Amino acid sequence: MLCCVCKEKEAKVHLTQIVGDKMQKVDLCEGCAAQKGVNDPAGFSLADLLLGLGASQEMEQATGGGELKCSNCGFTQADFKKAGRLGCSECYTTFSEGLDGLLKTMHKGTKHMGKVPHAMQQSRELSDKLKSLQKKLDKAVAEEDFEQAAAMRDEIKATKEKIASIATA
Amino acid sequence: MNLHEFLLSPDESARREGPHNKIVMSSRVRLARNIKGAAFPGWAKKADRIKTLDIVRPAVESLPQMADHFSETMDNLTLLDKNILVERHLISREHAAKNAGSGLVFNREETLCVMINEEDHLRMQALRPGLQLKQAWQAIDQVDSKLEKKLEYAFSPELGYLTACPTNLGTGIRVSAMLHLPGLVLAEQINQIIQAVNKLGLAVRGLYGEGTEALGNVFQVSNQMTLGEAETDIVERLSKVLSQIIEHEENARGTLLEKKPKTVYNHIGRAYGILANAHSISSKETMNLLSLMRLGVDLGLFPDLDRALVDELFVITQPNHLQKRYSDKLTAEERDLLRADMLRDRLRPSAGRSQPTPPPVAPKSLTLRPRPFCHAGDSPDFSLGPPRWRRHTLSARSAGNGEIGANEDISC
Ligand SMILES: [Zn+2]
Ligand SMILES: [Zn+2]
Repeated sequence: MLCCVCKEKEAKVHLTQIVGDKMQKVDLCEGCAAQKGVNDPAGFSLADLLLGLGASQEMEQATGGGELKCSNCGFTQADFKKAGRLGCSECYTTFSEGLDGLLKTMHKGTKHMGKVPHAMQQSRELSDKLKSLQKKLDKAVAEEDFEQAAAMRDEIKATKEKIASIATA
Repeated sequence: MNLHEFLLSPDESARREGPHNKIVMSSRVRLARNIKGAAFPGWAKKADRIKTLDIVRPAVESLPQMADHFSETMDNLTLLDKNILVERHLISREHAAKNAGSGLVFNREETLCVMINEEDHLRMQALRPGLQLKQAWQAIDQVDSKLEKKLEYAFSPELGYLTACPTNLGTGIRVSAMLHLPGLVLAEQINQIIQAVNKLGLAVRGLYGEGTEALGNVFQVSNQMTLGEAETDIVERLSKVLSQIIEHEENARGTLLEKKPKTVYNHIGRAYGILANAHSISSKETMNLLSLMRLGVDLGLFPDLDRALVDELFVITQPNHLQKRYSDKLTAEERDLLRADMLRDRLRPSAGRSQPTPPPVAPKSLTLRPRPFCHAGDSPDFSLGPPRWRRHTLSARSAGNGEIGANEDISC
């Protein structure tokens, strides 16, 4: 059996892993196993390895064979196939189509449910607040409640200022 | 600063106590974070890596949690020192291979360790003895909240924290515990457990072995999925699975003792015998035998021996620790000799330095009693424990003699 990474040497390391209902198998030569950190308990995950092999195929399909390149860091699909890692945070936008299917098989969901940086959290809350204030203002105007409308305008102005101060901080 | 003056001594380190530390050796929560727009370490040019390091390192050093810290760039550490940090489980092997443009900061208590420009710009980990996943998560969460004020993280509201490898995307969290599971291994239930744990989307790795072949019966259990679930849910889920594994390990130990006490005592006694008397021993054999001794300590077979001594030996008999102590030009054969010397010195009852260590106490059920009547050729034997166990241990020795009566009173 040939190594599924280099496809040159004989596979000596055989790995299987069950995730959910799926069984995944990988066969590697000793060189590739060492390179992929199979012996490193802290760094190795079979999923990482499969990702490098699988994602590049999906990307090729998604782009119809055309070569994608990240405009921020110059990373290409071919690099991804080799490394199984991306080039920079912008790569997630560049290669989003190819990654989508993989994220689905790899993770519990495709939408982040965890921690949000505080500044981001604040500006998100403020923009939600802005939307609701805008609605209240429209309603007040429609009902010709000018006192309420004026109050809403003041609050909208204050909220916008807060958003601006966070953005520049 | 000198690394070895800063590091906890292996003895101090082994003495740290945590909940369930008979079975759970340590808990760890790691977060992966990156700087917005900057190329990830594996793709960045050396100059860019250095630039990132110069931004990140002072931010980490100035954390209140890092008030008393060790900080160094990887090119200023010798290969031996880096490997020692791997053997202490402070850094990954991947990080040990890094040089200029990568760095390391950890605190005096070794409860917080940040790798800079490993696979991601930041890999920060909180470490705790025993089972303390929640505490470790809270600690690292606080560190992260402090750092986000100083550094601009790569974050997307949809995908969360953006990481070099999409397997870490979202929360960037890896929650893991190092477990000592000799009971499940001896009872041959470990593969079942690993499969069940895998089915829950969790990974089981050996300590230093590939696949599931764990050295010293030490296994690392961690989450795999990082996107689509909140950190606290991941921590909660792993904690639940761990308490089940602990229960299975305890049951396995209990059942083994009840059904095959001789087998268990035999394994442990032989492990002690070899460790305390060998004149050459490999690292792998040492780990496996120390694991059995650790089990012996847990079962109360070595009343005067501290588990911390076994845990200390786990670390100081590692190849790089031996090199550091004696010489970095040792061959594997020379290491095996020195390792055996060290073990004899620390484990033999006559050793002046350490506590006297009696051999394992015999099981209570085992009393020496000659049989009342014996056929010629039969030698007196021990009276034996529960019948089920006896059948097991006698089958190899007395094959052909047939079954021996199941009663306690054997008449022959
Ligand atoms: Zn290969
Ligand atoms: Zn990029």
